Parts: sequence; structure tokens; C-alpha cells
Amino acid sequence: MIPGSFSYHRPASVADAVKLLSDLGEDARPLAGGHSLVPMMKLRLATPAHLIDLHGIATLKGIRRDGNNLVIGAMTTQHELLASEEISQAMPILHEAALLIADPQVRYRGTIGGNVANGDPGNDMPALMLTLGATYRLEGPGGSREVAASDFYQGAYFTTLEPGEILTSVSIPVPAAGHGSAYEKLKRKVGDYATAAAAVILTMASGKVATCSIGLTNVHETPLLAADAAKAVIGTSLDAATLKKAAAAAEAIMAPAADARGPVEYRKHVGGIMVTRALQRAAANAK
Amino acid sequence: MNDLTPTREQREAALEGMGCKRKRVEDIRFTQGKGNYVDDIKLPGMLHGDFVRSPHPHARVKKIDDSEALKVPGVLAVITAETLKTVNLAWMPTLAGDVQMVLADGKVLFQNQEVAFVVATDRYAADDGINKVMVEYEPLAPLVDPFKSMDSDAPVLREDLAGKTTGAHGPRKHHNHIFEWSVGDRELTDAAFKKAEVTIKEMISYHRTHPSPLETCQCVCAFDKIKGELTIYGTFQAPHVIRTVVSLIAKLPEQKIHVISPDIGGGFGNKVGAYPGYICAAVASIVTGKPVKWVEDRIENLTATSFARDYHMTTEIAATKDGKVTGLRVHVLADHGAFDACADPSKWPAGFFNIVTGSYDFPTAHLAVDGVYTNKAPGGVAYRCSFRVTEAAYCIERAMDILAQKLNMDPAELRLKNFIKPEQFPYHSALGWEYDSGDYHTAMRKMMETTSYAALRKEQADKRAAFKRGETREIMGLGVSFFTEIVGAGPSKNCDILGIAMFDSCEIRMHPTGAGIARMGTKSQGQGHETTWAQIIATEIGIPADNIMVEEGNTDTAPYGLGTYGSRSTPVAGAAIAMAARKIKAKAQMIAAYKLEVHEDDLEFDIDGFRVKGLPERYMSMKDICWAAYNSVPPGMEPGLEAVSYYDPPNMTYPFGAYLCVMDIDVDTGVYKVRRFYALDDCGTRINPMIIEGQVHGGLTEAFAIAMGQEIRYDETGNVVTGSFMDFFMPTAVETPHWETDFTVTPSPHHPIGAKGVGESPNVGGVPAFSNAVNDAFSFLGSRHIQMPHDFWRNWKAAKELGAVA
Repeated sequence: MIPGSFSYHRPASVADAVKLLSDLGEDARPLAGGHSLVPMMKLRLATPAHLIDLHGIATLKGIRRDGNNLVIGAMTTQHELLASEEISQAMPILHEAALLIADPQVRYRGTIGGNVANGDPGNDMPALMLTLGATYRLEGPGGSREVAASDFYQGAYFTTLEPGEILTSVSIPVPAAGHGSAYEKLKRKVGDYATAAAAVILTMASGKVATCSIGLTNVHETPLLAADAAKAVIGTSLDAATLKKAAAAAEAIMAPAADARGPVEYRKHVGGIMVTRALQRAAANAK
Repeated sequence: MNDLTPTREQREAALEGMGCKRKRVEDIRFTQGKGNYVDDIKLPGMLHGDFVRSPHPHARVKKIDDSEALKVPGVLAVITAETLKTVNLAWMPTLAGDVQMVLADGKVLFQNQEVAFVVATDRYAADDGINKVMVEYEPLAPLVDPFKSMDSDAPVLREDLAGKTTGAHGPRKHHNHIFEWSVGDRELTDAAFKKAEVTIKEMISYHRTHPSPLETCQCVCAFDKIKGELTIYGTFQAPHVIRTVVSLIAKLPEQKIHVISPDIGGGFGNKVGAYPGYICAAVASIVTGKPVKWVEDRIENLTATSFARDYHMTTEIAATKDGKVTGLRVHVLADHGAFDACADPSKWPAGFFNIVTGSYDFPTAHLAVDGVYTNKAPGGVAYRCSFRVTEAAYCIERAMDILAQKLNMDPAELRLKNFIKPEQFPYHSALGWEYDSGDYHTAMRKMMETTSYAALRKEQADKRAAFKRGETREIMGLGVSFFTEIVGAGPSKNCDILGIAMFDSCEIRMHPTGAGIARMGTKSQGQGHETTWAQIIATEIGIPADNIMVEEGNTDTAPYGLGTYGSRSTPVAGAAIAMAARKIKAKAQMIAAYKLEVHEDDLEFDIDGFRVKGLPERYMSMKDICWAAYNSVPPGMEPGLEAVSYYDPPNMTYPFGAYLCVMDIDVDTGVYKVRRFYALDDCGTRINPMIIEGQVHGGLTEAFAIAMGQEIRYDETGNVVTGSFMDFFMPTAVETPHWETDFTVTPSPHHPIGAKGVGESPNVGGVPAFSNAVNDAFSFLGSRHIQMPHDFWRNWKAAKELGAVA
């Protein structure tokens, strides 16, 4: 549990960070909150020769409104997300999910950028970003580009980030006023990754689901958007048969690994239950 | 007497003696981060050692190449078994009569076994060095399942034992067999089963787990070449035993070994025995002439230092059809891993597992335990329990529930029907123990009344009906547990470690101003000895507890004792403290008589001093007597006021308790909620009720963890898959249920203050309460026994197998 030696860099601007990353190549890793990278280094499963600490870059922090979007700087911590009035009012699901990430100590340090950019299927924020229709801003040696969260994840720890690129912010369209939302996460204990989790954002009209988006955490090597499950509930009042159909549709796209949280069959089964519960709760808090 | 004269109550309260909820004096430093733990010790020139460990569970070690490692800046030495052989330390004795490799000698026998020890100027360099040591292995077939260990084609694990048909505890039946231990009357028991109206039989497993103290095992060894002295700072629950062991195996004179246990961050049985890290650090210090520190990380602690449990108990009860038990038959398959590294008293290869008749009046019983080797980490130690008592309590408490289910009786009623009656104490059990005292019926009835047990059963019946009607997906379980512990090892007639009788000791030295220092052979790891030991002395001699400093853990200054584990501190050292205090008091009485110019017999002790009988104005306080002890003792008496006591207990003590767990389980997810947990403990005389409550909270939390998920698990190829707190269930305050505590007081008749010990009771009684709650919840769906641990997915699996989930 002792890391190997590495050089430490603390650039003051995104441009400097990008330059360092491109110059140093594969031996360099950007450091955000460090809650994924540092444990891997202590186990020597990651042995970067250079750590590029992003904490010195002031422009990577903060939450601002940009038209109908909330733009969150990559180095904004989970704690800062939780403290944001704007987030709890505009998109309460983000507040709810951030509270389920690990524990206060981790949330003081862990960042939204690190959480979404690492490509860890166990992280909670990626599925949230898919559900909310977020886009990520990536800055690299060739300039900057915007990538939809739904196009970002390609495999476990494998994303569309190119060498030298840094994820600098996420932009989230504010959901419709009166929307309902819920994040249902089954975990063994505080600090654990989800055995299965489901995020739901929906709007209701005359007692029926008008729009719906469902995201799934840790039931596949990437976060999932359960489009068929969402489609199945549109126009319904979430009766028992519909919920069953939606859960089955969601389970159909899950491919979790068997681990100490349970065998594949269990994780898919509770994944379906998380979808059902999130739909019911989201419908109940929609206006 | 005037208004300013303190009342008796005020004088008594000022002592903060026995029965007082005195605040823990050690917490002032612990809660401010000012404790002094082993890793806080930094000596000039200190080096750091760390292990190369085996990735294989079973393999031949073909070659160890340290040439690249020695090129790493800061790496000074790489120690292997070959190095250790030059000082005859490649192997070390275990406390269980086995031997254990210090470093891999030709073979590795479990994953993460110690293979080489890299010594460097700092921990970073040591770890860099580890990664450069090249070890060539030839993997061998691993043996993981203890039930296959004695198959005829099972791989040979311990080549060092080839041809040895006898072990430390008698004949060996197979190359992977360690011992067979048999107690009780087999014929009488077989006969009871033959004529039994009802019998049950179940294989009840208590899975492998780990004590996992927050502070891992660690030491600093400093060898002084000039003086030829070795100082060892370590996380030792039994520092004196460690000194003797080091002296015996390293052939160093015992007076030249100084063992110091500073503050310890939890032990729970993990820190009783000796580990390769201690030997390697000592050898490294002797070789380099510099202090060497070794600190285990969490993965190493969980996967290499001693595990606990791993008992597979085939249990049978014979009974009449109206529910009177007539016989008990238990066979245990005990998985010890690669080496038998139990820390039991020498003559007890399965600890005190023969307490398995529990709180019940079994006319006859028979027990046999077979210990076997597997390719897993060595052990197993007593994790917050007195030598296999948790396994025994789990075994009998599950079995009684299974019998109740078969007889269609309430589990509490079945227990009440079979309890040893108060008038039967001292009670001789069918498996050889003499229970000192108990009043089980009163404790059980108090539990049932306080929890409204009958109403809970009614609610459960209603919920079951609602479940069957499809109105709820939640099932409710009531887990009854009534345990009898056996603690306070122990009497020299049947308890020793490496030939040293398991007495304990206390030395008290009173200073002229009425303050004093007391030292014991025990060692607190969080139990609060500095607080409670002073309370015993305060009540015994009438000096405020605040004026008594308690010191443990330094073998140079503390009297010899066997240490703290198995809830032995209060039963054994607690008795020694009272006896030493009484010697002080006896001398004080002579001094007081001299000063008050009366005969000793004319004095009576009155809270904080001596008073002349019938002349209450003539009084001398203990404080004044302390002063007099240094300037005006009676002619012929030696000055000073100090005493030593070595206490050899006449018997064990037998704490007991009645627990109830009320649990709700969502069958669709397997998620449980402990709605209520009630724990009534009878530990005899209560020294500090607040500390008792704290001990019960801690023990219940560990019991909760074990029963509901805490497990050391190996996959079928021998890889340990629970190497961190991510997967090894360590509950936080969020998961931990609320605890309700209660008590009755049945003093031990043979203990000087009637105390029995409590630290481990809640773990012993808690595990069956949780497991019985889960099993009780599922029983109406047709299940008889579901193995622990009861984590979410396994609960769901049980529900699914019972047809409750599609």
C-alpha cells in the first residue's frame, strides 16, 4: 500500500495542464480528487511517472447558469455540489445522488469531473449525466470539443478522451419545471459502490407519464441509458404491469459482473427493482 | 461533625470506585489524537521492513532472486528462509503446538504468505524493493474445501510433517489432519439418541472471519549490540508471553529482552500470537544493528495474520416430544489453514468448545473435533471470544431453534424448559465444566417482559398471514439467544500457555501523599483498564480512583501476567488487583491500629479509612495511613505500603445473557433492517456500568458484522477475495443498529469481587441472535437452517429457493 515514486506538477491553467499531458505522454495522469487514482497507485496497479494536479486551476471550479444549462466546473467537489442552492432547486436528483457517494470525507475531496471522466462503472454521476442529457467539455492540444455523455463511455475505464485531453466542465440542461426524479441505489454499506442503481427523471401530465429518462449505474461495464424501459412507461400511469415491463426492459440490457455484492442474477434482479422504485418515487414527487 | 463534614454518600462518591460510571481516563488522549501507538514510535536510524508475499495459494518456491532489489536505492537487505536458517529461525512454534514457516521454506501454503523480507531506509524504498524481488514458483494444486482435506487424493500440504503420525494433540489420521479432540461419553450419548422420541441433525457452519482491529499488527525491534539487548515495541495483547517466546526461540536471555506494548488500537484476538513480521524485524535489527519497524497494511492484516472461526459443526440433539433435551452430539470439522496457529491454552486444541451444551441441562453429550490443514492463512484465533466459545454458542443456539421448530414450540419456551436451574449451581456439565453461578430463568423472563415478546410473536403471526395474502413483501424474524460464556482462563490445573500457568498479577505501590501506581500483567487494547482497575483499588482501599495510576504493557516494570484476551482480565487480573489491594489494606490496618493506639481487631474499615468500633470520632483516613507508612510504622514493621498478588483462579467464570433481535427482511432485495436489539447481560458484579455498556455496544456491533456479512472468503482456486474493507463488512455508524442494554447481577461465588467479565459476551450471544432472527424470519416458508453470513444477496437467494421470489 505504498506508491512508487512520481513527479508532481501543479499547472495554473488548463493550457499548461494540457501541454504537460501532451508532452509527458502516457506516463502522465491528471489528478483531480484522487479517490480512484491514489488507491490504485498505492496498490501499484497504476504507476504514473507524472501526476498533474488540477487543483491549481481556478477556472475549473464553480457552478454557473448558462441559458437553460447549468455548467459545473470539473474540479467542483461533491461537497460543493451538495452546498449549491441552485442545484438542489433545478435538479434535485444531482443533490440526492451526490449524498449517496461514499461519505463526507470523500465528498470534500472527490470532484464531479473525476467522477465522470474516470469511466469507472461503479461511479454514480455518469448514469446521472446520461439521464440528464449532459454534455462534457474536453480540452486538448487540438482545442476544445463537446461530447454528449451518452457518447463518452466506451468500456470500463475506457472513454472517448484522447491523449492529452482534460474534461474541464459538464453542462446539464435544466429539467422541466415540475419534473419528478429519483435515484435509487442499493449498496451494502456507506462508501460502497452500487450493487445496482437507477436514476429516473420524468414529467407527468394528467396522471400519466409524459416524458421519461432512465439511467443505470454499475450493472454493465458502462453506465446505461435504459431507453426501452423509459419508452415503456410513456403514456401510462405506472400501473403494476407497466412497472414490470419497464423493469424487464431495463434488466434486458444489464450485464453486471458477479462479485461480492452478489451473483449476476441478483444484481440484475435488484437493478429491475431499483428502476421500479425510482419510477414510483419520481412520479410521486412530480408536480 | 458539622455541616461541612461530608456524608457517607459523598465520601463514597469521591472515591469513584466500583459501580461508578467513571469517565474513561484514557479517552482524554485517545479522543485528541494524543495516543502513542507503535507506528508513532520513531527511533534514530530506524529502518523499515516489508514483505514479498506469495500470489499463489500453493506452490513450490523454485528460486528467489534478490539481485535487482538490492540495487534499489535505500534497500539494504533481503531476508529469506535461507538467511533465517543460519540463525535457526526459518520456522517458529505456534501456541497450538504446531510449527509455522516464518518465510517460505521451499513451498508456499497460502496466498499472501510471507516469502522474503526487504529491509530499507524508508517504507517507499522497501516497497520498491519488494517489487524487484523475482520469485519463481511452480504452482501446485490448492486445497480449499476443508471437507476434501482428508480425501485419499488430497494434495499433501505440510511436507515437513511427512511420516509424523502423531501431533501435539495425539494421533493424526491423514497427511492433512492436525488433531482429533474428543470429550464426553460416547456410549451414553449414543444410547440417548437410540431411545430419543425426537432428534434433529444439522450441519451448522460458522464461516471464516477476521478480528480486523483498526490498528493492524506491527512492531519496532531495536537490538543494542553493545549491551546485547533487544527491545521490542509491539501491538501485543500478551507482552510477557511474547518476551518468553522470543527468549525461547531466539535463545536470548529473558532479562535482555524488553517488550513494550504502548497504546493498542484494538486487538480482538488478532494480537495474541507471534507473527513472521516480529521475527523478521528482530532478525533484521540484529543483523543491521539498527531499529527496524514493520507495519502491516490492511490487506496483509486481513489475508495473512490470524483469522477466526471456520468451524463446521454437525450438530444433533435428542429430546422428548414435549421438548426436554436428552442428549447432544457434535462433530466439528475445524479448518486451521496452513498452520495450526490458534492461541488457545496448550491443552485445548479446540479451545473451550466443550461449553457447547450451553445453558441447558443435557444429561449426556459427546463432542469430537477434527482439525485439518487447507491452503489458507493460518489461525484461528478467538475473535472477541474466549477460545471457540462463540462457535459453541452459535452451534447450540441455532440447534435449539431448529429443535423448537421441529417440536413446533416457541424457542424461548423451549429454552426455559431446559435451562439449568438456579439450585443446580455449581453445575457440572456433561462435557466437563463446573458452572459457577447463574439464574437463567430470571434473565430470560426479564428479556421477554421488557421486549413484550408475546406481542412481538403475535405481530409476526399477523405479518406472516399478510405476506401469504400478498399484502406485504416483508418478513419478520425474532432471534432469541441465551448464551453461557466460559471466561477467565484460567486455573493452573487445566490452563497454560507454553507451560506457563494462566494466572495474572497486580502490583500496587502507595506513595506517601495517598496516591499510588498499580501495574498488571494484562494489557488494555481499548477495554479501559486504566479506568476500571483504579476503581477496584479505590473501593478496596478507600483511595480515590483518580489518585491511582494504572500502567500495563512494559515487561520490565509490570509483574508477569498472561495478557488480555478471552475476557480474562477482570476474572483473573481483576481478582489479583483486589487481592493485592487487600494486602495493602491489611498492612494499613496495622498502621492505623498503632497510630490510633487500639488493637487491630477494634478497627473497622469505613469507606476511606479505619474507624475504632464504637468510637466513630477516632478515625484515620487511608491518605493519612499512606503518610504514616513512610514515617511511623509500628516497631518491627517494614516501612512502605506496597503489595503484589499473583492470582491463580480456582475456576472459570460463567457470564450469561438473554438477547433478542427483531428483524425485518425485504424478500425482493434481501435487504434487512434490525428494528430492535435487546441485550441483557449478567457479568456478575459490575465495576463500571458505562464501560460495560460500551463493551456491549462494541461486541454487538462486531456480532452484527459477522452474522450479516463479515467474511474471509476464498474462491475455489484459493484466491482470497475479501482483502479490503470494501468487501470485508466493517459496519459504520450508519449500518449499526440501535442497542438496548439491560442486566441482572449474579456474582461469581469464587471471585474476590464477584465479577465475571463482559467484553466478549455480546459477540458470543449476538451472532446467534442475528442468525436466529434471519432463520426465524424464513422458517414459515419452510426453511430449517440458512448458513451465515446473511448478507443481502444471500437473503434474496434464500427467499428465491423457498419460492418467495419469482
